[in-house]
Amino acid sequence: MPITENEIVKLKEQAKKIRHDIIDTTVWSGGAHIGGALSMVEIMTILYFKYMNIRPEDPQWGDRDRLVLSKGHGGVGYAPVLSARGYFDRDELKEFNHFMSNFGMHLDSLKVKGVDASTGSLGHGLSMSIGLALGARFQNKEWYTYCILGDGECNEGTVWEAAMSAAHFKVTNLVTFVDRNKLMIDGPTEEIMSLEPFAEKWHAFGFIVKEIDGHDFRELADAIDYAHSEKSGPVVIICYTKKGRGVDFMEDQVKWHYGSIDSELAVKAHESVERG
Amino acid sequence: MAKEVTGTTWTVYDANTMTQAEIYGSVLCELGEKNEKIVGLTADLGKSTKIGIFGEMFPHRFFNVGIAEQNMFGIAAGMAKSGLLPFVSTMAAFTAMRALEQVRTDICYQNLNVKIIATHGGVSFGAAGTTHHCTEDIAIMRSLANMTVIIPADGIETACAVREAAEYPGPVYIRVGRGFEPTYYETEEYGYKIGEAVTIADGTDITLICCGIAVLQAAEAAKILKEQDGLSVRVINMHTIKPMDEEAVMKAVLETRRIITIEDHNIMGGLGSAVADVIAKSGKGCAFEKLGIPDCFCVVGYPEDLYCYYGLDCDSIAAKVRDVMGRDFEEDESWEDEV
Repeated sequence: MPITENEIVKLKEQAKKIRHDIIDTTVWSGGAHIGGALSMVEIMTILYFKYMNIRPEDPQWGDRDRLVLSKGHGGVGYAPVLSARGYFDRDELKEFNHFMSNFGMHLDSLKVKGVDASTGSLGHGLSMSIGLALGARFQNKEWYTYCILGDGECNEGTVWEAAMSAAHFKVTNLVTFVDRNKLMIDGPTEEIMSLEPFAEKWHAFGFIVKEIDGHDFRELADAIDYAHSEKSGPVVIICYTKKGRGVDFMEDQVKWHYGSIDSELAVKAHESVERG
Repeated sequence: MAKEVTGTTWTVYDANTMTQAEIYGSVLCELGEKNEKIVGLTADLGKSTKIGIFGEMFPHRFFNVGIAEQNMFGIAAGMAKSGLLPFVSTMAAFTAMRALEQVRTDICYQNLNVKIIATHGGVSFGAAGTTHHCTEDIAIMRSLANMTVIIPADGIETACAVREAAEYPGPVYIRVGRGFEPTYYETEEYGYKIGEAVTIADGTDITLICCGIAVLQAAEAAKILKEQDGLSVRVINMHTIKPMDEEAVMKAVLETRRIITIEDHNIMGGLGSAVADVIAKSGKGCAFEKLGIPDCFCVVGYPEDLYCYYGLDCDSIAAKVRDVMGRDFEEDESWEDEV
């Protein structure tokens, strides 16, 4: 069913709240991967607040949809979504990165409710997602697996081992996203290790490729609906995004891959998010 | 197809005509018939590792990912998360080294129910050279939290270990050889249990603690030493390296006070090091030697030649025992009061 205007308004509100929470969590944590957390907010929001069939009160419910955040350093953008969706209290985010906390920068599936896979080392998530999807198919389960890759992550050879196998095994109960914010730690992706022609690479590996504005809920919804209906092969949605999206002084800035913000800078960040 | 066997468990009659890996493949078929959650994965080594026997019987439950071991262990982790029971097989070298991070981070960190049966362990693929040897896997695997590490003595013990692993929670690494390693056990009926060492010969003068192919050699050495030297040699089959049966080690320290460990592995970090940890922690002294590959890359050759070259055959083990027996380490008569 196509997304409605009303849904989009609500999702935008939700995304704004999550951005505020990401900023607060970054302050509490003392330092986090805020740039890539902000670039994937719309992807995470639409999945957790529109598409995913989940029960936050029963996190291990067997028939739930699964999400694998293959770009595991996006943990500071993931935990606030889970808390907003009701998996745990927002106050728990205050412990992010702290001694003995359940929340490290890269979330642990055995410690954080709602996290379906422990990630952090890049190039692992798509393989695990394929395993989950094959497991669902083998057991005649209807649930979907969603996998979110970073674009820099696609330098890893294992992403392409996995891509090859997704096509070979015709894994169609999996939707793969790439957060194509075009920046990695040391600089722009095309300067450090060029990915282009990126869509063609995925196509060559047997994927059906959708390229969209990753901050546009309508485009995201259309792409996800398409992926759900497409049964001839795996679908990847390349989401063109901005690193640091929503906080003006962080947008498209290499240096905000990882950073800390004090309460003064946080005020400016919150103001920027409010302005939209 | 699984070979026709003499009974529902494995005996020496089967083990003398089948490799450890063939027995593994056939046992997995048996388990697969009982448990439909079992799936098999390999990376273009279905034939070499014999998991292909399972694949022939259950083609829809068998996933060959091509030559991509890292992807394979990641997929296995995802399958375990979905509720399946994956058995994964490739060579030991490509398990413990090529795909180490996936084994560690995807499987062990998440404590997933993935059973890894790695073949061509140690120098059992001797003529293939260092790229296909794996004299590091025990050291690597025992350093991974949540991992259980098993080196069966022969094909019959492989059958026992695979059966138990299917019921045992969490990640399990079972290392087997490549070819027709001679068998020690004659039947499966000897009370195999993960984590419990088997004393296959009792003795009071010295203890040989061994695993894998060394078990048969140590047992033969004990016979030679009894006949020729009148020595009472205890032989412990330490099939589970982790969790180690510390009680069996300490009993050997206190009752025989001389220990030699024997393994097809680098002497660094393997069975010998694990046993040494137990001894050191106890504060008790004992004469101690480690036999294995002496921290080098193994020369090329057929395994039986390599085992002799590195002193893992029964005659070399007997010689090492005589050497250790001749050592005077008991000058301090108040040893028992020192702890």
